[in-house]
This record gives sequence, structure tokens and C-alpha cells, in this order.
Amino acid sequence: MSAIARAWDSDLAYSFRRSPTAVLSAIVALICIVGAVAAPVLAPYNPFDLASLDLMDAFNPPAFMPEGSLAHPIGTDDQGRDVLSAIMYGARMSLFVGVSATAFSLLLGVLLGLLAGYAGGTIDAVLMRIADVQLTFPNILIALLVDGVARAALPRDLHDQIAVYVVIFAIGISDWPRFARTVRGSAMVERNKEYVLAARVIGIGPARIMLTHVLPNVLGPLLVLATLNLGLAIISEATLSFLGVGLPQTQPSLGTLIRVGNDFLFSGEWWITVFPGVALIAMVLSVNLLGDWLRDALNPRLR
Amino acid sequence: MAAPLLEVRDLVVEFPGRRGTLRALDKVSLDIAPGEVLGMVGESGAGKSMTGAAIIGLLEPPGRIAGGSITLGGQRIDNLSRRQMQRIRGKRIGAIFQDPLTTLNPLYTVGDQLTETMRTHLDIDAADARRRAVGWLEAVGIPAAADRVMAYPHQFSGGMRQRVVIALALCAEPELVVADEPTTALDVSVQAQVIALLRRLTREKGTSVMLITHDMGVIAETADRVAVMYAGRVAEIGPVKSVVKAAAHPYSAGLMASIPPLSHRVDRLPQIDGAMPRLNAIPQGCAYNPRCPHVFDRCRVERPELLPAVETRAACWLFDSHAPRERAHV
Amino acid sequence: MSEAKALEVPIFEARDLSRHFDVSKPALQRLLSREGRRTLRAVDGVSFAIPRGTTFSLVGESGCGKSTVARLAVGLYPPSGGAALFEGQELAEARKSVAQRRRMGMIFQDPYASLNPRWRVSDIVAEPLRAFGIAEGAAALREKAGALLRQVGLSPADGGRYPHEFSGGQRQRISIARALSSNPDFLVCDEPTSALDVSVQAQILNLMKGLQRDLGLTYLFISHNLAVVRQVSDRVGVMYLGRIVEAAPAETLFTVPRHPYTRALMEAIPDLDMAGRERQPVAGEVPSPIDPPSGCTFNPRCPLANGRCRAERPALIAARGTPETLVACHAVEEGRDGFEGRAAA
Repeated sequence: MSAIARAWDSDLAYSFRRSPTAVLSAIVALICIVGAVAAPVLAPYNPFDLASLDLMDAFNPPAFMPEGSLAHPIGTDDQGRDVLSAIMYGARMSLFVGVSATAFSLLLGVLLGLLAGYAGGTIDAVLMRIADVQLTFPNILIALLVDGVARAALPRDLHDQIAVYVVIFAIGISDWPRFARTVRGSAMVERNKEYVLAARVIGIGPARIMLTHVLPNVLGPLLVLATLNLGLAIISEATLSFLGVGLPQTQPSLGTLIRVGNDFLFSGEWWITVFPGVALIAMVLSVNLLGDWLRDALNPRLR
Repeated sequence: MAAPLLEVRDLVVEFPGRRGTLRALDKVSLDIAPGEVLGMVGESGAGKSMTGAAIIGLLEPPGRIAGGSITLGGQRIDNLSRRQMQRIRGKRIGAIFQDPLTTLNPLYTVGDQLTETMRTHLDIDAADARRRAVGWLEAVGIPAAADRVMAYPHQFSGGMRQRVVIALALCAEPELVVADEPTTALDVSVQAQVIALLRRLTREKGTSVMLITHDMGVIAETADRVAVMYAGRVAEIGPVKSVVKAAAHPYSAGLMASIPPLSHRVDRLPQIDGAMPRLNAIPQGCAYNPRCPHVFDRCRVERPELLPAVETRAACWLFDSHAPRERAHV
Repeated sequence: MSEAKALEVPIFEARDLSRHFDVSKPALQRLLSREGRRTLRAVDGVSFAIPRGTTFSLVGESGCGKSTVARLAVGLYPPSGGAALFEGQELAEARKSVAQRRRMGMIFQDPYASLNPRWRVSDIVAEPLRAFGIAEGAAALREKAGALLRQVGLSPADGGRYPHEFSGGQRQRISIARALSSNPDFLVCDEPTSALDVSVQAQILNLMKGLQRDLGLTYLFISHNLAVVRQVSDRVGVMYLGRIVEAAPAETLFTVPRHPYTRALMEAIPDLDMAGRERQPVAGEVPSPIDPPSGCTFNPRCPLANGRCRAERPALIAARGTPETLVACHAVEEGRDGFEGRAAA
């Protein structure tokens, strides 16, 4: 049997095919991701190309409204930018920040969680108390704090240049305790299993046991957590940008678009803010539903 | 023999799954007479616990009874609704499981649980139930029962907890008790106490018992008759002495022989080669045929029903008196 | 080491071996409730020696400390007191050398937990080969793993499969193949058959006995099942609450058990031959090892206990009448156990 056929035949793939929610959210997520990643190729306009902008095109409504035109299917903003193109580029930014922040907290959380779970004792106590303290603050507060410190410490143009990385760090650092706790819990269970004892009798070192024996066995719950966290990280970024402390207007994300468009909501140009909002919801919801399905599918008790 | 209390006829339990339906029990038939202790033995996965679960109506989904019947005191109980079955459980059938913590509710005192059970199933008032609860704890050998009735399950040791479970299973005076590995989690020294207790109480009350265990020793000293299960079928059923000492079915004989003796050392234990087939790969004919030393052509084609053997009934073509044996070799 | 000396020195020896666990509540809670530290004496001064090529068994009920001894014997725990010696050398010292470490192995109880579910069987079996540098290169490892699988009655083709595809007995064979792969001399077997069905248990016991004969293995065998212990052991130690209460050659122990606990344990076992007859249960249950009874720890359950038994801890000494037997019992020492009377009858 080929690898693809085996994967298609696996229990996970079977449970996926049987779940309409999973299939639907996978399709939506795929559209969002492809639209975002391939924005430079697929988008009808380049919203950053100032030369192509024409103020005469500003505030064009979507195509289905009386004054709309098919040239801009969901309208233009105050600068005459094509909203669809702006959304695709913005989603690209949101996705990049979300994935990077999740990867950052995943890496940090796995390392610290494995260390705490396997070493136990004082190291475990110290790391987990830090995590506990951090969990008592809302994530967005921590992100605001990090962002505020970065703003105060860095000169303005330097800050604008590295704003993306500040946001990634701010969101990533506030999410690691969740990963660390999951990994620590699983590591403590696996650590006492007889296959780990068998490796210890052979004389395999702790670091190697952690990476070759324990880590592969905690990947399932980690994958679920990472998927769910991705949606939350995208939301966090959007919140920060909406509050004006996230990404600068030169690198707009969906959150930035919503904030900018928000100013025009009550003057009738609702499309400038509503469509980025819909895109954000579609992206986060589909990723979250996929995460929920994955959690149930990997839970042997529900099978 | 008096009319049986429990009659299981051609019971089929199936688990529908994505790769087809698995048959966990395949035409299981057995009886339990009033006051009788029937032992159920077999390897893990042979279907002994599944039979017990089907009788008490607690098959784990998606498992379902797909054929046959279960009759308790003349009443069909395999096709009852969940509500009706709930009333039968506790009132007419008591259950004892391996882990007492799955049966006892950690949030209530043992006294509350006993009185609750009795008041649900018996027509008695609170004071009477309370009095009887203390009596039951005394009966199962809990010291200082009058005080301990206020204690929570976690305040008892493992052996004492299993005694409480026995009290709980018997307090509504059921006609049948299904005990699934009641002593497996206990140490040998405590096991003997619990078995002796279970036997004494059920004998006093005339309760029938289905005793499910993989421990032949427990069966040998407790059961009146024993059913040996293999791959979801009854391989042999008969009086306990006959099955232990002179098993007719080659599988039961091999199973008994492979038990290490305490009385002497043997150089090499008799063993049955191979393993019980998985439910999705049960061979045609007799399920035991690939491992059987007496196999002949008919065993590979035709499934044997329970046939009268010397002192028992065995599902084995060796005991078909109508057809001449066509053994290839013995 | 000369040939003669290698024969004299037992392959494994426990000298007054102890292992205590701190089971105190966290420091803050202890301070608030004004409680002291609490120590669980899982193993409390155990001594025995295992000559090369023989099987020493430790038998007892749950919580008696036999599994802790098993873990001490392969260096999974450091001792809290006394010494574990591998061929006369301190175990921790011996385990620093790869050449010595590969000579010891362990077989575990639960065949479902002792194999990493995410590893292929050939990788599991080859793990020691790789760690000890016995074989290198994918082809050599696969070939060696295949040979080991054949040795334990599986097929080399099974190496490509995952543990969940095997039955309990087959998994225990894989576990044995892994333990054999470093070509060890000393195997610690912690309840190797107690999770298996009885017909499969016979297969595994026969396999282990055959391997011992063919490879000259030395076993430390841990079990709660007296009948199984009788089948495999040369010498047996009976443990109760962290101590050995009786140690004797297997034949002697099973024909003339001396300690009241050993005798009670044997009487409590249901025997197949006596279908329908009562067995004699031991009164009471095993007390908590955190707070064991004073003197002889068996005294609350013992029919022969007197004031001395409640006050003074008995030493493990040669028994009156059966000098091959070491027994820790005041009643046996004083001749109160009625042994002479039984022997005469």
C-alpha cells in the first residue's frame, strides 16, 4: 500500500471524511490560507503600489450595490484601495503573525514543559509558578505590556520596522504556559511508563529520552493545542492592531483594516470594515472548528 | 434440575465498526439455576465479561445485542428499554466489578448508598433502611459497622471497599449477582476472605451468581458449574470438578494443564501454542482449530455446537456420536 | 578477574539494601499543619545474593517492596542505605562502564506500557544495540533485530510492525528480545507474566527457562504468584512490608515453609485439586508501609504473636530444624511454631 493510500485509510482520515463540519471548515480554512499566502499572485491589485492608487476610486461600493463596479467586487476604501486585495494582503499578515507567534510559544512551551515534567522538583516548581503567575494576567495585557515597553525603549522608526516581530514576541510569550502545562502533564505520565524505564536501564540520557521517547507521544495533544492557539493568536493580533498598538498602517493586517474602516462605518461606507471582519471570522472559526474536530478525533475515549 | 433462573439462548453481541461488524459473542447459550454459582472463565477477549455486561444491560456502545434472548425468571430482559432495565438492575440483578471505586460514589457515605439502593428497590422506610444498612455492613464483616456507616468510600481499604460493594449488590435482595473479576484487584490473602464472604452470603440468601474471572483457583473453590469461553463462544460447560479435572474440550484441557501447579515443580509447563484469534480473524469451523492438537477436516469447515461429552457439554466434533470420527491424526 | 573468582562472586548481591521515599506533604502545608516529614520505607534492610546461572525470586503481596528491589537492582533508584553489588562492584560504579551496563537488563510487567507505541518493533529491539554500539548501520541492525525476534519465537518480518498490532504475549516476547539484544548475563524480571493469560503465561515461562538454559542467564524474578515462583526459582525470598521474612531454596520453602506469613500465604492460595473445599484466609490486611507496626511487622496478623513480637524486630537467621532456611521470626527461633510437632507427625 502506498503512503498516500495508507494515510487515506487511517482512522483519522476516516473520521475526517465522516465529519461535515471538519470538511467544511477545512475548505474554508484552505481558501483563506491560499488567498492569504498567494496574495501577491492572486490579488487583483497591489494595495501597496501607491502609483496605482487613484483618489477618484475612493469609497466605491461593492459590485452588488447600484454604484458598484465589477472592477472592485467588494468596493474600495478612502484611499481608493481595492478592499478585496487589501483583505488578502492583510490576511497574509495576520496569518504570518499568528503562525509565527504560535510556533514561538510552541517551541518555548515544549522546551520548558519537557524540562519541568522530566526534571521535576525545584526546576518544575519554579517554572510552573512562573507559568501560573503569567496565566493570571489576560494575554492581551501581557501583549500590551511587551508592546509598550518596546515602544518606549526603541526609537520610533526602528520600532515601526520591527513592529511585526514585537507583536509576534508579545503574543508568543503570553501563550507559552498553555503548551508548557500540556507537555509537562504528558511528560510526567510518560516518564513513569515502563518503556522509559527500559531506556533508562540501557543508560540512555534524559535529553535523548525526552526527545525520542516522550516527545513523539505528546505530539497528539500538542497538535490540537497548536491549532486552537493559532485562531486565538490571530484574534490577539487583530485586537492589538485594532487598538492601534499592533502592526503599523504600512503593514496592515486584518485588525488594522477593521480599525481604519471603523471610522467610516457610520458615514455609510460599511464595506470597508465589515468585509475584513468577515474574513477574520471565517479564518479563525474554520481553524478553531478544525482544532475541535482534531481534539475529538484524537481522543480515544470518544472514538 | 429446577427451572433455570437465567436462560441465555444463542446470544449474539455485535460491534458495528468502520471495517465491518465484529461479532464479540457468537451464539452463547447457558443457564443458571436458582442458588447456583456459574463460573465463567477464558482468556481476556474471550467474551466472558461481555456476556455479563449483556445480561446486566450495560454493553458499551456501539455494542448491541444482535440476536438470541436473555430470560430472567421467565421474563425476557434483552429487549427492555433503558428505564425498565434500570429497575431490573439492583432489584433483580446485582453487579460487582473488579474496581470497587467504579461502583461506589465517592461523594456519598456508604450508608447513604446502601439506604438509597434499598429504598429505591424495596418498600421500606428511612429508619428501617438505615438499620438494615448497618446490618449489611456487619454481615460483610466491616468492624464497628454502626460508626463506619457514616464513612466515605475512600476511608476504606481495598478489601473493605470490595466488601461494601458486595453489600451494595446484595442489599436489594436480587435473584442474580453478576460478579466480574471481583477479587482480581485484591491481594491473595484478602482475596480468600472476600470470596468466602461472597459465597456464604449468596448461599444464605439463595442468590444465583455468575462469577466471571480468569483465576481458575477462585472458580474451583466457588463455582458449582463452569463455562469455558473461547473467541466469543462457549467451548465447554459442565460441573466444576469435571471441567477442572477432566475437561473434554481440547482448549479447556490445555487451559487447565497450563496452570502452574503449586505442589510440585515441572520441567516444562504444558502450553497452548499461538494465541486466541482476534475478533476480525476468527477461522471458519471451530474457532480453536488452528491451535488444536486433535484437529481433523470437519473442524476446519463446520462449527460444532455444544455436544454431550463425558461429564460435560463441549463444542467439539470429537464428541459427535452420530458421525464417525475422521481424524487425520491424533 | 580469574575464572575461579568469577565463579565465587555472586553476579548480584544486596547487602542490607534500603530504599526510602519521602512522602511528605509540600513544605508549606507541613508547616501549617505542624506535621513532620513522612518516610515510606519501601525496602528496609534486604540482603540476598544470586549466584551465576540461577534464579532468585522475591515473592510477596502488593506494597511489600519487591518491585522497588527490582528497580534498585538495575540502578533505576539509588539505594538510601546498604549496597547493591554487581559482581562485587558497587552497582552505580559498574553502570558507569558501557561494558558492564550492557550485561544487565530488565523485563517489565505491563506489555502494553513497556514498548513505545510510536516505535517500530525492530527499532525497539535494536535500541540497546545502538546504545551500546553492538551493531551499526541500518542493515546490520535490522538483521540482528530479526535474529533476536526469531530467538523469542516471532518472525523477523514482525520488526516492521508497531506494538499495537501484537497480543500481550507477543509483546512480552518483544520485551524479552530487547532485553536479550545486548547479550546480558543478568536479567531482572518484574512480574513478567502477571498481566498475561494463563495459557500465554506458560509460553513465556517456558521461553524464559529455555533461554536461561541456553544462554546461562541469571534471573532476579519478582512475582506475587507462588505457583509461578515455584516453577522458575532456585532460591526464594518472601517479602513483607519492605523486609525479607523468609529465604530458602525453592524446594525447601514450598515443602516446609517456616514463617507464619509464608505459611498463611500458601494456605490462602486456592488449589485446583481441592475443588469445593475451603481455604484458610489470612486475617486482616497489609498495613500501610508509611506507618508499619512495631517489632515484627507481621505481628497484628500473626496467630503466634506475643509481647516480644510486638516490641523487638526479629533478625533473619537460620531456622531451627531447617538450617537451609533463613527466617525472621521469634516464634520459630523460640520453637513456639510447633514445627517439631508437625515434623514428627
